[in-house]
Amino acid sequence: MNKLTITTPSDREIAMTRAFDAPRHLVYQAYTKPEMLKRWMGVHNGFELVVCEIDLRVGGTYRYVWKAHGGMSMGMGGVYQDIVKEEKIVSTEKFDESWYPGDAVGTVTFTEAAGRTTVTTTVLYASKEARDGVLKSPMAEGMGAGFDTLEKLLALLHPM
Amino acid sequence: MTATRVSHNHKVMQTSSHAESTRLDATFAALADPTRRAILARLAGGEASVNELMAPFSMSQPAISKHLKVLERAGLVSRGHDAQRRPRKLEAQPLAEATEYLQRYREYWEASYAQLDAVLEELKAIEKADKSTKRKK
Repeated sequence: MNKLTITTPSDREIAMTRAFDAPRHLVYQAYTKPEMLKRWMGVHNGFELVVCEIDLRVGGTYRYVWKAHGGMSMGMGGVYQDIVKEEKIVSTEKFDESWYPGDAVGTVTFTEAAGRTTVTTTVLYASKEARDGVLKSPMAEGMGAGFDTLEKLLALLHPM
Repeated sequence: MTATRVSHNHKVMQTSSHAESTRLDATFAALADPTRRAILARLAGGEASVNELMAPFSMSQPAISKHLKVLERAGLVSRGHDAQRRPRKLEAQPLAEATEYLQRYREYWEASYAQLDAVLEELKAIEKADKSTKRKK
């Protein structure tokens, strides 16, 4: 299985990389077509993506709402800032009931090599505090590169 | 694009007990030092005596023992049964707690991406079928 890598490239960012055994135009489709997104993004553990509206153009908005079988729902949305078809999507993102300060900006890039596509998602938060709030880890309190280190330690403990 | 927080928020909303947060503080303080992290990484491969742990570091035994004490107080390291060697061993539980949030973030995306894999397989199959139909025409 393709491995998911999570890193913190700077104080205000979280980055995730994952390869997929599919050409780029298909991965891009799965990321930008509501009927596709509804089938994979966050739809596990009893959650459904019940609203998925996408106006894929610079200045256009998107909105996602997830609903749990128990009735709880959560919404988020934002504005597209930059779009390069099949290469890059940059958008702001904010949760309806955000628990971290400020807007975040997400950049998703798609690169293809030998028929496989690597997707890198980088989210830049308004502050380090906001980023750490997302990870909700006390590692900010003096751990520095703790995120990567914990990842490595965890990999040793639970080889994946 | 970071729906992670859907699941993450659930966790955040659960207030952790004071004892839990104190323990986490101790764990993270212990993890804040590169030598101690290296010791844990070594112990993840199996228990080791103080002398064995010292080998890769240019450090005196008292210095290493001091680091081990911090790790022991944080509950990350314990002493094995062999009275002679007094091997140290890794205690995985506090580390697992410390990495729980990170784990949730990871699990959330791994689950989503596994479903994306399935969607992509389907799209590939559809595209392949389309192409062969076109070729026939």
